[in-house]
Amino acid sequence: MYRHRASPLHAARAGVTALYGLALVGLALGFTHPVVLAAIAVAVLAAGWRAGVGSDLVRAARFSLFLAVTITLVNAIVVRDGLTVVWRFGEIPPFGQVDITLEALVYGALLGMRVVVIVLAFALLTACVDPDAILRAFGRRSFRSALTATLATRMVPVLARDAQRMDQAMRCRPNAEDMSTTRGRVAVVRAVASGALDRAVDVAATLELRGYATRRSAPSGPREPWSRHDVGVLAAGLALIALGVAAAITGVAAFDAYPRLHAEGGLGVIVLAVLIVAAALVPFWNRRGVER
Amino acid sequence: MSRVLEFDAFSYTYPGVAEPSLREVTLSVEPGEFVVVAGLSASGKSTFLRAACGLVPHFHGGSASGRVVTGGLDTRHHGPGDLAAVCGTLLQDPETQIVMGTVRSELAFPLENRGASRAAVARGVEEAALALGIARLLDRPTHELSGGELQRVALGAALAGRPKLVVLDEPTSQLDPVAGDELVWLLRRLNEEQGTAVLLAEHRLERCMAHADRVIVLEDGRVACDAPPREMLGWAAERMPALQTPAARLFARAGLRPAPTGVKEARATLRAHGLLREDQPQRAAVAPGPADRRRTGWRRSRDRGGPAALRVRGLWHELSDGPGILRGIDLEVRPGERLAVMGRNGAGKSTLLRHLAGVQEPTRGSVEAAGRVALLLQNPGDYLLHERVADEAPVEAIEAAGLAALAGRHPRDLSGGERQRLALAIVLGEGTAPAAVLLDEPTRGMDRAAKGDLIERMGELSASGAAVLVATHDAEFAAALADRVVLLADGRVIADAPAAEVLSGGWHFATETARVLAGEDPPVLGPQEGGDLLRDRMSFEVTP
Repeated sequence: MYRHRASPLHAARAGVTALYGLALVGLALGFTHPVVLAAIAVAVLAAGWRAGVGSDLVRAARFSLFLAVTITLVNAIVVRDGLTVVWRFGEIPPFGQVDITLEALVYGALLGMRVVVIVLAFALLTACVDPDAILRAFGRRSFRSALTATLATRMVPVLARDAQRMDQAMRCRPNAEDMSTTRGRVAVVRAVASGALDRAVDVAATLELRGYATRRSAPSGPREPWSRHDVGVLAAGLALIALGVAAAITGVAAFDAYPRLHAEGGLGVIVLAVLIVAAALVPFWNRRGVER
Repeated sequence: MSRVLEFDAFSYTYPGVAEPSLREVTLSVEPGEFVVVAGLSASGKSTFLRAACGLVPHFHGGSASGRVVTGGLDTRHHGPGDLAAVCGTLLQDPETQIVMGTVRSELAFPLENRGASRAAVARGVEEAALALGIARLLDRPTHELSGGELQRVALGAALAGRPKLVVLDEPTSQLDPVAGDELVWLLRRLNEEQGTAVLLAEHRLERCMAHADRVIVLEDGRVACDAPPREMLGWAAERMPALQTPAARLFARAGLRPAPTGVKEARATLRAHGLLREDQPQRAAVAPGPADRRRTGWRRSRDRGGPAALRVRGLWHELSDGPGILRGIDLEVRPGERLAVMGRNGAGKSTLLRHLAGVQEPTRGSVEAAGRVALLLQNPGDYLLHERVADEAPVEAIEAAGLAALAGRHPRDLSGGERQRLALAIVLGEGTAPAAVLLDEPTRGMDRAAKGDLIERMGELSASGAAVLVATHDAEFAAALADRVVLLADGRVIADAPAAEVLSGGWHFATETARVLAGEDPPVLGPQEGGDLLRDRMSFEVTP
């Protein structure tokens, strides 16, 4: 969840920080090379740590690790490509002949690693970008859709608390065991839905009272000046995008899993990895500004 | 100067309902007035306020006649969106009045909707935040705010455009007393310093009478009384005693006039008549704690002998990543005993009740009950699952709750008091009577008549042998119901003594009568006994 903190990523305008985060997501989507993925992971974690949202990222990583392991195993079992067989399981219904290859195992692990990196980058984005500022930015095009998304996000914890309260109320009934029958469950679901509708009606009334129905567009005023953090984070985001494009064009971080593992090595990949981490940390370099 | 609100023979009927909720209402509110709207449950207060801000009829539908003009805008032609510029509105539930992710965005939202320039929005946000003392919250996510903070932020959003009138429908009903008092004081300050007219509906009249210029009483959708607070209290003594404040009841019982609008005025009158015992030393603010149990209720209740209805030994409730919510609670409650559990928000009252009912598992310690424990949580609506009242609970429980006549109604169409009676019928069930009945904050948003009914019902259960435990912030209710009060703070018992000892001699955990008659020994909690005391004292003093 977003919470305003004293960090360059939080201080920069939301659109710029969103670009920075999406650049990291794009890099993770674009490359499978393990060194590059590792560099992106380091960059995201380091940026998250410097932005004071390290614990948010750790929580997200914990959630994604299970998914990563699952992807690794499923890929190893399901994919028949690859020439280096490391284990023969023989005939296993319904998969048929199951041979675990080194290539499928490694590629599965890299896919899992990519999922973890993407989850981390999105966690950084969520923790550092003010959703209301994004709403304002996108609101010029489709305010109602953006507001609906914001409201849905805001109401999730409220409805979760409602559901928890209702669950406790069910357990307070003398016939609590009846609630576990199908009829009882249907009644609970109906009540939960009805409660959510009540909440929705109340929120709709609030929107009316805040003048949402008669929304008028604001007159264009002077543009907000760019702060050093805006510039720094934008520069980092653009640098990450440029590195990704350059690496894709030059093929410096090419990687093939099948039929045999092949990864570009050498100085080029190392330089790319170092530059990714360095670019991601540009906003945190101590540039001008004064101590409190 | 033009009026900020005018009702001209306004009548309104909700869709699908035969009877009108407002009937021929004619009144006006002048700029800068502080007006309290009073009335029993279902008297039309909320509908009246929703008509003032345009939700009625534009949002709710239905049929209306007559005219309402708010801030110069006729609600026949202008909906709540237009009226938002001249009338800020605050409803009951803080959770559903916040729509944005941060406080700053929430305050900016109504101004942005009005098409204000970026500079005007920034200034409006700053002004509202400073006026309401929420500047430190500006960058906080709204999901982290407490109920009181949320309600302040919602009030800030309502006031962001500096409207001429602010309309508030029981804004303190979901708040603890401290947050509620703070909100009313804030309104007073806005009214005094900014000249904003205030139209406030509130059940706890004693909280706002001293601030009001005028009180409008609604009865069955009609204006039954429209007068300054003192006159209204005089009217209520004759026509609607349920609206009298405790201090007014105290004076009425003693035969003193005029009725006071607050503690300060009541004490000044009594002082002028020489009826205050101010020369006596003030009693200790808090009654004895667990260390002194030998002298207090715990020992007395234990000494009655027989098995306990509830026994708690060394109860701890500790969060894995936080502090202990309950810290070594020891408690015994006897069959038929009536106990109030009090304390500020977060003291552990609700958690203690959930442990007593077995809904939560302690991290340490034990809870023993002599039989079934019935727990009614804060929101009775959470218990209602079916389409008909008759399907919610056994017939005998519904009859015992006095709801037999409403058996065919939809539970969500019941009033707050009726819902609570139904929820109580559900948890009490049929067959064996429970060993203990626990109620968590049962009087939120309840008028005095409904509280009286609840006290009577608890009395019946207590007489039948059930221990009754009520977690409450309401000192008046606790004094009327309980014979023993346990005070919690930070998960510990800091006082456990008879109600008269705990609910006197303090500021917060004290009834209004106790505050008016502070210094009396023995302490006096209720208006009735206080009135009798004053009457005796007056008759003694006039006797030669």
